[in-house]
Amino acid sequence: MKKYVATRLATMFVVLMVTLLITIALVGSNMDTILKQGIVFQVRSEITENPAIAESFSSVNEFEAFVQSQIDQRIEILGLDEPWYSPQRIGVTMYKIMLLDFGHATFLTSDEGSSDVKDILFEKLPRTVLLFTTATIIISIIGIFLGAFSSSKVGSVIDRITSSFAIISSSFPVWWIGMLMIFLFAFTWQIFPARATPDIPISDPGYIGSLLYHMALPLITIVMIGFGSWAYLVRNFMVGIMQEDFIIAKKTIGIKQKKIIYSHALKNAAPPIVTILALSLSGSLGGAIITEAVFDWPGMGRLYFEAITVMDLPVIIGATYLLTVFFLISIFIADLLYGYFDPRVRTGQ
Amino acid sequence: MSGITPQEIKQEFLKSKMGIAGIVILAILVATSIIAIIAIPVETFQEWNNPSSWISNPKVAIPIWVNIFMADKIPEHKILDSPNIEKASRGEVELISHQFGINFDYDDFPNDFIYEFSAEYSGAPLLEISVIRPDGIALDLLATSLPYSDGKTTHSERIFSTDDAIKKNLSLQSEIFGFTFDRLSAQDIVFSETLENKPLKGDYIFLMDLYGVDSENDIQDSKLIIGGKAFGVMGTDELRRDLAIGLLWGTPLALFIGLVVSIASVIAGLLYGVYAGYKGKKTDEVMMRFNDVIYALPALPFLIILSVTISNSIFLMVGFLMIFGWVGIAKVARSMSLQIKTRGYVDAANMMGQKDSKIILKHIVPQLLPYAFASIAISVPAAITTEAGLSFLGLGDPSFPTWGQILHDANIYGAAARGMWWWIMPPGVMIAITGLAFVFIGNALDAIVNPKLKR
Repeated sequence: MKKYVATRLATMFVVLMVTLLITIALVGSNMDTILKQGIVFQVRSEITENPAIAESFSSVNEFEAFVQSQIDQRIEILGLDEPWYSPQRIGVTMYKIMLLDFGHATFLTSDEGSSDVKDILFEKLPRTVLLFTTATIIISIIGIFLGAFSSSKVGSVIDRITSSFAIISSSFPVWWIGMLMIFLFAFTWQIFPARATPDIPISDPGYIGSLLYHMALPLITIVMIGFGSWAYLVRNFMVGIMQEDFIIAKKTIGIKQKKIIYSHALKNAAPPIVTILALSLSGSLGGAIITEAVFDWPGMGRLYFEAITVMDLPVIIGATYLLTVFFLISIFIADLLYGYFDPRVRTGQ
Repeated sequence: MSGITPQEIKQEFLKSKMGIAGIVILAILVATSIIAIIAIPVETFQEWNNPSSWISNPKVAIPIWVNIFMADKIPEHKILDSPNIEKASRGEVELISHQFGINFDYDDFPNDFIYEFSAEYSGAPLLEISVIRPDGIALDLLATSLPYSDGKTTHSERIFSTDDAIKKNLSLQSEIFGFTFDRLSAQDIVFSETLENKPLKGDYIFLMDLYGVDSENDIQDSKLIIGGKAFGVMGTDELRRDLAIGLLWGTPLALFIGLVVSIASVIAGLLYGVYAGYKGKKTDEVMMRFNDVIYALPALPFLIILSVTISNSIFLMVGFLMIFGWVGIAKVARSMSLQIKTRGYVDAANMMGQKDSKIILKHIVPQLLPYAFASIAISVPAAITTEAGLSFLGLGDPSFPTWGQILHDANIYGAAARGMWWWIMPPGVMIAITGLAFVFIGNALDAIVNPKLKR
């Protein structure tokens, strides 16, 4: 078991580093260009503010040479003279990121105005948790019970409705349903607000109420689209288990169908269900980029999208790192749980 | 998993209603794609983002079939381009008359009317525009001379109903009407009843008369546009584009993206997994760790970064989607090949000294084909929705009218807030229908491959 956990941990660390490397490799050259442009701009504006410097040069060439040397000097001080892929710079960047030091955002700020990436990220995270984790919990509860129920009556009307609803709902993109819901319930019938961002300050006592009110439409949408496939999944696990010998034996002894389903079969379906639950719970931390963009929910997903549209690289790197960490932790927990429930996995058979 | 022959799969598949439904939908979609490719000129596809090529269409027009359900008929947008041409000469004066007949049967005024033409003439001919209304009243709209030219010349012009001269001419004839004209635009007067300012239904004839002294004067490309609020089967968007064309073009694009991504990722995943499982030991370990790394990469954020930093070309996007598509299949294929590997005939082939590649391709992969087909069908919808999602975020290839791209435009122009359901509904429904077709086929195949689910 120890060896199993150790290999898992090692793999995770490697994955994390690879992800970071890829992210840095993808945005690194852009980041350098942006930083260098910033320096040029800074030097030029300092000189225009101080006309005495410009006047002290006799020719244009001489002046340009001076400006260039100033720029080069600053680039060197910041270590930008080496390309972004030099081992030294990558090492420093990765070390900093591992310690959650993402630096300062170029454009974006948190609601309180801080441009520290860490502040921004930890401001958005709770909101995403509030919406998506709540939705995931509701989805899984509905899904497990509906799935167990329809597996007890395979072929019945409810079973058919659940299965077809699951199949149909899984082929609609959630964000499109979101657009439709906004269209119907925010504009045609004005029941819910169209933008999910609460419009009153956090200090206001009515903030929580307003937040919940704004949360309703996205929550309903996510749950509506999500629970079908959960129910279908649980149903299929259960149907498989109900065919096992020990269940048939229990039936012949004369134990009630209800008891078999909810205590014996559900217990045996637990490993995969718990695994999926762990995965989707932590997956929910990252929110859904597109869904948050549609509903304008001020969480991680929308932050990520905004950061990409304005190419705010520190935020992109920070968010990717955080998302990957959550994702890895969830995979890890899922693996451990699976190993706990199903001893065959542990021994590597 | 094993022991199913292709014949049996076909038989079982034809028994499944779901599978048949999926095949039927897919056939319709393929037919639509073929029609789109053959029937719609390729230019419309390249001109999708060129606003000037859509100029004669109305802005945000509702689909025309809505009129069937409406008590008050919405005026349709009409582009009349085949006028009745009459030529006459009275002494020295040559007359060319283009007559456009229109049956106006709606309960609202049109948005505007535009006369578009190019005239070939010499001198300075006189262009007179008048309209004969259903009640017999003839209204003079405009009398203007075309710019003077010594020799032969061609002059193209668009005359809009907002023209001041038209307004002035109408106000000279205001005694016909029993209401005041202030703040009414030309079309509200021309198409109005005389006593009340209500639309007058019936046949209108627009006369475009060109008087000149040169007998070789001519009007070409004569086009009268009655600007309406309804257009085409699917309506138009803010940029006047015909949504029916966008939706039609979206079909082959979606099928292309979905099928290429899923087929390529399934093949890659299958070979990777089978090879790892067959080789076993160190190779297996290394390959599976690599698989874990890719599996642990957050897909959507990475796709976004890739499309922003590298390129948003649709072909590269297909490649990016494949990077994340093969992982799950590789895992399953590996565990399946671990089982098949232990069978006698694989051992036998091995002992006979057959090459690994041959054993894998001849003895192991064929066993996994049913599973592979099911996975292809099941992974198509994900590829299509992911591409649509990226396009929706504005990270797609703007030169292709994919469904996601149309939804992106709809979101940008606030279609939901403006109640433009015909801009939001159809692309999403198309995405869902395409997804459903493949999910149906996939599920039907899956039920055959994993008989446990059936019961």
